[in-house]
Amino acid sequence: MDVELLSRLQFAGTIMFHYLFPPLSIGLGLQLFLCELAFYRTRNPAWEAAARFWTRVFAVNFAMGVATGIVMEFEFGTNWAAYSRFVGDVFGSALAAEGIFAFFLESGFLAVLVFGWDRVGPTMHLLSTLMVFLGSVFSAVWIVVANSWQQTPAGYEIVWHDVQGEMMPRAEVTDFWAMVFNPSSVDRLTHTLIGAFVLGAFFVASVCAYYLLKGRHDEIAKRCLSISLPTSLLFTIAAAMSGHHSAQQLVETQPAKLAAMEAHFHSTDDPTGLYLFGWPDAETEQVHFGVQVPNLLSLMVYNDPMQPVPAMDQIPEDERPPVWLPFQTFHLMVGLGTMMIGVSMLACWSWYRDVLLQRRWLLWAIVFMPIAAMTANQAGWITAEVGRQPWIVYPSVQNGVEMMGLRTSEGLSESVTAEQVLSSIILFGIIYSLLFAVWVFVLNHKIQHGPESVDQLLEHKRKLAGQSMAEAFGQHGTSRAGGMMEDDN
Amino acid sequence: MSYELLTLIWFVLLGVLLCGYAILDGFDLGVGILHPFIAKDDQERRLVMNSIGPLWDGNEVWLVTFGGALFAAFPVAYATVFSSFYTAFFLLLTCLIGRAVSLEFRSKVHSPAWRRMWDFGFFLSSLTAAMLLGIAGGNVMAGMELGPKYVYQGSLLSQVYWYPLLVGFLTVSLFALHGAIYLFLKTEHELQARVRRAIMPLFYVFAALYTVVTVVTWWHVPHATANLSDYPVLWIVPVLNALAVLNIPRAMHLGKPGYAFFSSSMVILALAALFSVAIFPNFMLSTIDPAYSVNIQNARSSQQTLGTMLIIAAIGIPCVLSYTVIIYWIFRGKVKLDSHSY
Repeated sequence: MDVELLSRLQFAGTIMFHYLFPPLSIGLGLQLFLCELAFYRTRNPAWEAAARFWTRVFAVNFAMGVATGIVMEFEFGTNWAAYSRFVGDVFGSALAAEGIFAFFLESGFLAVLVFGWDRVGPTMHLLSTLMVFLGSVFSAVWIVVANSWQQTPAGYEIVWHDVQGEMMPRAEVTDFWAMVFNPSSVDRLTHTLIGAFVLGAFFVASVCAYYLLKGRHDEIAKRCLSISLPTSLLFTIAAAMSGHHSAQQLVETQPAKLAAMEAHFHSTDDPTGLYLFGWPDAETEQVHFGVQVPNLLSLMVYNDPMQPVPAMDQIPEDERPPVWLPFQTFHLMVGLGTMMIGVSMLACWSWYRDVLLQRRWLLWAIVFMPIAAMTANQAGWITAEVGRQPWIVYPSVQNGVEMMGLRTSEGLSESVTAEQVLSSIILFGIIYSLLFAVWVFVLNHKIQHGPESVDQLLEHKRKLAGQSMAEAFGQHGTSRAGGMMEDDN
Repeated sequence: MSYELLTLIWFVLLGVLLCGYAILDGFDLGVGILHPFIAKDDQERRLVMNSIGPLWDGNEVWLVTFGGALFAAFPVAYATVFSSFYTAFFLLLTCLIGRAVSLEFRSKVHSPAWRRMWDFGFFLSSLTAAMLLGIAGGNVMAGMELGPKYVYQGSLLSQVYWYPLLVGFLTVSLFALHGAIYLFLKTEHELQARVRRAIMPLFYVFAALYTVVTVVTWWHVPHATANLSDYPVLWIVPVLNALAVLNIPRAMHLGKPGYAFFSSSMVILALAALFSVAIFPNFMLSTIDPAYSVNIQNARSSQQTLGTMLIIAAIGIPCVLSYTVIIYWIFRGKVKLDSHSY
C-alpha cells in the first residue's frame, strides 16, 4: 500500500477518534459552569451535588482528549514532514499559541476543578471551572484558526529558500492578524463551538432523561434539565444559522467543496436546487435516487432564488474533491441537525407545559440525542476535510496574485515507509479500540452510579469540618501548612 | 530586534521549555517508575499516585508546548526530528496515553485485577517514556544519518545502540531519583521511611551512570565538547552540575529534603543546558555530511513569525507561571486521600 493513503487513513482515524472528546469537553464545560453558577448563586446543595457529579464525568472525558490530542500534535512532524516545513511558519505559531494560551490554562485549573472541591472555596472553584471552560474554548480557537488557514489561506507570502542547492517554497506570515482572521476562521469556529455546545447540552439532558425514566436522582436530574434543555434549543437553532452563513462564505472561497457537498456536477444558467438526499456517482456525474428542491441552494447561498451556483465542471479535473463522501456526510449533518432542533423544541415545550415526564417516548428520544450530536460533529468534520481535497493547503488569491497551494500528496514525510505507517495504524488501532471500550465502560459506570444525594453530600461536609477542627487542635500530627520546599520533618 | 538575536532567543526559550518539561514531568515519571517498588498496598499506591494527581497533566503540557514552539520557531527541525524518530515517537505517544488512562481509570472500578492491570500500565509506560526520551536525546547528541534535503536515511535499529541506550538508562535513573525525593516530600510515616531508604541506592546508580556517560561522551561524541573549548565560560555548567549532584546526598543527610529536590531539579536543568550547549548550533547533526545538518540557521521560521511568537510568549509565559504557582500552592503539603482522589 502506498504511504499517502496509509498516512491519510492514519490521520483521519486518529483525528476522528480525538474529535470524540474535545467537543464533549467544551460542551460539558459550559453545562458544568452553568451548574456551578447556579450553586454559587443559590448555595443549594443539590446544585453542588450535580456539579460534583458532572466534574467526575468531565474528568474522564478530558483525560481522553488530552491523551489523544498529543498524538495529533506529533503527527504533523512524524507523517507530514514536507507539509510541516511548508507551513511551519504559519501553522506552528497557531499550535504554539494553543499550548501557551489554552493547554496550560485548562490543565492547571483542571486540577482545582477535579481535586479542589474540598480544598478551595466556592468562588475559587467557580473561577477554576470558568478557566477550564475558557481554556478548552481557546484551544478550539487556535486549532480551528490553524485549520481554517489551510482552507482559506491569508496573510502570507510564498518565499523560496535554497535548500542544499534546490529552491523550495515556504509559506511565511506577513500579517499575523490576517492569518488568524482568514476568511473562514470566524464562521468555522462559531459553527464548531456551537456543535460542541449542542453535544454537551444533549449529553447532560440525556443522562438526566435516563435517570427520570429509571426513577433515580429525580431532583438533581430535573435541575440539570432546566439548564440543558434551553441551551440545547438555543444552540441547535444557532447551529443552523451559522451553518447557513458558512455555506454563503464557502461559495466565495471553496466553490469546489460546496459543489461536492451538493453533488452539483453541471453548470447551467438556471437556478440551483438543493438535494434532500441522493446517491451521487462521480463517474457518470449523476445523482441517483435524488430528490431535489428547486431553487433552494441558490436562495441559501446568495439569498437570491434565481442566481446559479457554480458547479464541479468549473474546477480543473485534477483539483476536484471526492463527491460521494462530502455529499453524504453533509446531508447527514443537516438531517441530524434538523432532527435535533425538532426534539429540542418539543422537549422544551413539554417541559414548559410540565408534561415532559409523562412523554416517556420523548425522554427516550433525548437519551439518544448525544449520539446524533456526536455523529453530526464528526460528519461536519469529514465534510470540511474531504471537501478540500486534493489540497492540504488550498491555493488562494492574495492581492490579486494567485498563490500556490500544497497538495496532500506533496506533504508527506520522505523518510517514513509504508511499513512504519501501517504498523503505527495497527498499534493505534488496538490501543484506541481498547481505550474506547474502557471509556464507554467507565462513563457508563459513572452514570450508573450517579450523583451523590444531598444527604450524602452534607454528611461528607460535616465529616470534613470535623477533620479540620481536629487538625486545628493538633490531634493529627501533620500540618497542612508548609510548601514543598520547607518540609517540616 | 535582529533576526540572529531572535533566533538565539528562541533556541534558548525552547531549552527553557525542555527544562520545564524534564524537571516537572521528570518527577511524575519517576513516581511512576518507582511506585510498584515503594508502595505495598492499595492505600499506599493511591497515596503515591495522588501525590502527582493534580499535577502530572499540567507537567505534560510543557512537552506539548515544546512541540508547538519547535514547530513554529524551527519548522524544519520539528519536521526532521519527528519524522526521523517515527517509531520511537509513536511508542512515546503510546506511553503518554497509557499513563494518562492508567491514572484516570485505575480507581474507577473496585476490582483488584482491574487495579493491578492499570498499576502495571502506569509503571511500564512511565519507565518506557523516560527511556525513550533518553534514547532520543542520546541520538540527537551523537548525530544521525541525515541525508540531503533533511531526509533521515537510517533505520530504527540504527537508533538503538549502546550510546543512546546508556543515555536512556541515565535518564531513567535520574527521573527515578528525582521522583523519590518528590515522594519523600509528599508522604509520611512508614511509606516515607521506605522512600527514604530507596533514595541513596538510587543516587549511587545515577552517580555511576552519570560518570560513565560523561566519560563515554567525551570519547564517543567529540563534537559535544567543541563549544566548551570555544567558550570556556560555559565550563560553569558542568561544574555547577557536579556540585548539584553532590548536594543531593548532603541535603538528605542534613534533613533538608526540599533542598535535595531543588538540587535534583538543578541537576536536570544543568544536564539539559549541557545538552543544548553540546548540540548548538545544530538541532540534528548529520553523520553523513555536516552540510546536511539541521541547524538554527536553516531550520528557523521567518523573522516576522519569530517576532510575533516572542510577543505571544511574553504575554503567555507570565500567565503560565502565575497559575502554575497557584496550582502548586493549592496542592502543597502531604498527600491525603479524599473522595475525589484517584
